[in-house]
Amino acid sequence: MKNLLKQDKTYASVLIALAAVTLIIPFCNLISSVDSPLHFSAYSVSLIGKYLCFALLGLSLDMVWGYAGILVLGQGAFFALGGYAMGMYLMRQIGTRGVYGNPELPDFMVFLNWSELPWYWLGFENFGFAMLMVFLAPGILAFVFGWLAFRSRVTGVYLSIITQALTYALLLAFFRNEMGFGGNNGLTDFKEILGFNIQSEAVRSMLLLLSGLSLIGALLLCRWIVNSKLGRVVTAIRDQESRVRFLGYRVELFKLWVFVFAAMLAGLAGALYVPQVGIINPSEFSPLNSLEIVIWVAVGGRGTLYGAIIGAVLVNYAKSVLTGLMPDAWLFCLGGAFILVTLLLPDGIVGLLRRRIKSKSLDLSLEGEPT
Amino acid sequence: MMDEMTAPKGAASPQFRDYVDTKHGPILYMEDVSVSFDGFKALNHLSLYIDAGELRCLIGPNGAGKTTLMDVITGKTRPDTGEVFFGQTIDLLKMDEPAIAQAGICRKFQKPSVFDALTVFENLELALKTDKRTWPTLFSKLNGAQRDRIQEVMLLIGLVGLKNQLAGILSHGQKQWLEIGMLLMQEPKVMLVDEPIAGMTHQEVERTAELLLSLQGKHSIVVVEHDMEFVRSIARKVTVLHEGSVLTEGTMDEVQNDTRVIQVYLGG
Repeated sequence: MKNLLKQDKTYASVLIALAAVTLIIPFCNLISSVDSPLHFSAYSVSLIGKYLCFALLGLSLDMVWGYAGILVLGQGAFFALGGYAMGMYLMRQIGTRGVYGNPELPDFMVFLNWSELPWYWLGFENFGFAMLMVFLAPGILAFVFGWLAFRSRVTGVYLSIITQALTYALLLAFFRNEMGFGGNNGLTDFKEILGFNIQSEAVRSMLLLLSGLSLIGALLLCRWIVNSKLGRVVTAIRDQESRVRFLGYRVELFKLWVFVFAAMLAGLAGALYVPQVGIINPSEFSPLNSLEIVIWVAVGGRGTLYGAIIGAVLVNYAKSVLTGLMPDAWLFCLGGAFILVTLLLPDGIVGLLRRRIKSKSLDLSLEGEPT
Repeated sequence: MMDEMTAPKGAASPQFRDYVDTKHGPILYMEDVSVSFDGFKALNHLSLYIDAGELRCLIGPNGAGKTTLMDVITGKTRPDTGEVFFGQTIDLLKMDEPAIAQAGICRKFQKPSVFDALTVFENLELALKTDKRTWPTLFSKLNGAQRDRIQEVMLLIGLVGLKNQLAGILSHGQKQWLEIGMLLMQEPKVMLVDEPIAGMTHQEVERTAELLLSLQGKHSIVVVEHDMEFVRSIARKVTVLHEGSVLTEGTMDEVQNDTRVIQVYLGG
């Protein structure tokens, strides 16, 4: 019981830290002028915003990997789809300000001599519709894919490989100009979001605020889910899938539920990410990206939710620093970190924290014992 | 056979006749069932009838088809030929594992299969008979009656004191009991119990025998067990399997004096 309280302390501190970052940075930038020491630069605001999106993405993978035991090596695909849905909205907001000045067609379509918008671009000028698609596009893909895979009882490493193949297939598809998503270059040169200049300080702060609030909301929601009976069923499936079936639960539907939920969360992360970095291109589908997400969660500690957040932020911070210092060394560091964590810290950083807390409380209880 | 008086208060009796039509005979019947794996006949034209409320023991040497039989009943293995009916009307061969479990046929596995990462209470809660679809499970909250029910079963299996302990730390015997408790939570009409006393101490074996005896009448129970002393202590009727079909049926004494059975067991 005491241990549970301690765990909750870590959870609470992560929540407080997130709330602080989310509120303080936009607030400081609101009240201070550009040259004041309180002011965060546009670069750091969008960098932190990016970390928050990655943390949300890591959280989504932890739901499906840490709790349901489904090692998805293509979580990045859902992130990218959410990003593309947002990107399509932003493209439609450019209007006549594009290079070719076409009010209807994005530049790359004019360049390809297309005369009208493909049917699947219809509706994306509407923000509400685009937001719906941010959830629906990854959700529907996850539903169809998961339905087929889980119903045929594809599990373990086979499923992981198929998810990897899925994201690779999407990578190749989105590279093609004929797909109508800007091919190799993707979607970029965004001007406005909801009528506001996307480059402006206020919008950047607002996007950071939204990313932080989404992350906090998602963390609370995920925690509620894993503490619900559904969360316990899913944990039971992770440990003994066939036994759960004999208790009368339709295992494939529970896996599907979590898989689709996680895909939608990843889609939301992608949608928040794209306006902050200003571009979405097919490289987001690359298998390497999805592998990185797995490493974030492994480093942080899977099956804890906040571990995924800690891992995503730390690894990405290390990436920012190291790619600046030694660009070529990054992949080696990433691989090295993964090996180290697998060998030495099977429960990640959170596991390490917990062990320290546990041994500390053990020390205390030993001291209290009369000898 | 129906001895309500000896039943402990804890085991609230589910009405096993409310859904399953047993008016004209057994609650479970298998007719002419054959299963083969790569040419090996695990079940060979097997026919078996289990009556409502009966406690039946299945014995037989290794490879006689006992576990395959349970696999067929619970939907894990599809037979090549034959019929398997639950009551008069429910064709089990058309159902998958969750549907069969929800209909009221529940199974304890040979190797105790509890969820180590969940507490004793949570293990029982998962087994609880209730709406098991995804959304209702997400929003599910235990009501008072359900909590009482879990408490009753914990009393019955002697794990009240370990309510909030992870199932992973239980002893082998306690895990076996927890799994029997999980069976009871499902309010089964038929309980299939595969080797319930493996790895138990002498006292634990005795308590398990008492528990199973107290449950007959309210549930139909099929026990697979190797321990002949244990079988003798609980069985009214014993079915001997050999090479995938029924060799003989009868009381323990009849069976033990059957020359064919002696031959099979002694390898004559």
